[in-house]
Amino acid sequence: MTEPKPDNSRLKIRLRGVHKRFGSKIVLDGLDLDVGVSESVVVIGGSGTGKSVMLKCILGLLQPDKGSIQVDGEEVVGMSAAAREEINRKFGMLFQGGALFDSLPVWENVAFGLLAEKKVTRLEAREIAISKLAQVGLGGEVGDLSPAELSGGMQKRVGLARAIASDPEIIFFDEPTTGLDPIMADVINDLIVKTTRQMGATALSITHDMASARKIANRIAMLYEGKIIWAGPTENIDSSGNLYVEQFINGRAEGPIKMAVRA
Amino acid sequence: MRFLRLIGRVFLAFLGTAGRLILFTADAVSQCVRPPFYPRMILRHMLDIGYFSLPVVGLTAIFAGMVLALQSYTGFARFSAEGVIANVVVISITRELGPVLAGLMVAGRIGASLAAEIGTMRVTEQIDALTTLSTNPMKYLVTPRLIAGVTMFPFLVFIADIIGVFGGYVVAVYKLGFNPANYIQSTYDFLQAEDVNSGLVKAAVFGFIVTLMGCYHGYNSKGGAQGVGTATTNAVVSASILILCFYYILTEMFFAK
Repeated sequence: MTEPKPDNSRLKIRLRGVHKRFGSKIVLDGLDLDVGVSESVVVIGGSGTGKSVMLKCILGLLQPDKGSIQVDGEEVVGMSAAAREEINRKFGMLFQGGALFDSLPVWENVAFGLLAEKKVTRLEAREIAISKLAQVGLGGEVGDLSPAELSGGMQKRVGLARAIASDPEIIFFDEPTTGLDPIMADVINDLIVKTTRQMGATALSITHDMASARKIANRIAMLYEGKIIWAGPTENIDSSGNLYVEQFINGRAEGPIKMAVRA
Repeated sequence: MRFLRLIGRVFLAFLGTAGRLILFTADAVSQCVRPPFYPRMILRHMLDIGYFSLPVVGLTAIFAGMVLALQSYTGFARFSAEGVIANVVVISITRELGPVLAGLMVAGRIGASLAAEIGTMRVTEQIDALTTLSTNPMKYLVTPRLIAGVTMFPFLVFIADIIGVFGGYVVAVYKLGFNPANYIQSTYDFLQAEDVNSGLVKAAVFGFIVTLMGCYHGYNSKGGAQGVGTATTNAVVSASILILCFYYILTEMFFAK
């Protein structure tokens, strides 16, 4: 790896030698990744290379088989459930499909984390929800709709509003632009950049959309066969000198990365 | 050799499932006593399981009672023992038919909807989203449904008992020509608190089984629409089979003397 390492004492997330396998299928094979404070790192990689698994390991939704994951210098692998819940308060997450709760109106979706922490009344929570919706460019009237009544782009925005509602220190974005038209994708990218900057939050995203990666990343890392094979500042991505990276960012079928075409 | 290996694999898979189910149950039950609680969710599910199941349970019960009166009449009339029909109806309904028929009907209605709802939440990552929003999904999704199931099933069965006995009364009086006052009197004379109570205990157990199976299969569903479909089927089938198993076990516990 030929990256200028961020200052070690100011690392928000630090992964070392993370392994995860499902049955005989090795998904993560000694993954190392650093994310500095207020940095926006985007992990790129093809479908099925373990990007989502990596994210789920950091969030504690999956337990890695081996390796270390530190958040703010604190080891989170093998942590107790109560401590884990405490750490998760620092996190916000935008899910790929939005993952909005369809039994609740939009505003309760946005305010869900606030209501769960019981720090605000329902009335206050509603006000905060409306202001967060405004931050992502949605009017207050959307708050009373059900998530099923929204378009895909609006659902993503509501998901973003929910992710930032409790002012998290770290926000995860799981394929934020997948399934959106190019213009809406760009709107979402802008919102991600704007909101994370405003909050001074650290961002870790996974995507295979290079336009999105270039826009939201300070640093890009490429995941291939369970390892980070290249990482560096966004402006260096075109001169990476790495054949895998070049094949991926140019979207060529020929190259060192072989896709399993057989079903 | 291959045959032995197959037996071993099936046996290990069975142990694995049983272990997972026991851990799931222990977790869900232990969450009942640990805050935070979700009274709003509990009420919502009590309404859904209790109130909205009334039509299907009521219909089942009234026809069960009617058939029971009719059939026991054809049987007992041969021995000129028509007098015991009220007895047969009230004991069969309160002890056995009320709980088991209501349990099976609601297993279809509630077990399927729980598995489908929670299963869809699983495959659309809503359960993961709960975790990232500092909410324990077991506590938020599973525990309120279990509490609602265990409390509302006895209520449903109590209603089913009354409607079932009424069904028997209707047939006995209007079709078989019994004297209404005598029929009610003998129903009242034969009925004991133990009959009703044992039925209500069975109902609470069945309520636990139905909601647990719905939640367990939904919670562990994977792989999109097909996975949710499989989870729904498994929830209803396993709940029905367990209800029938426990039906026997509980009857044995209560009445084998």
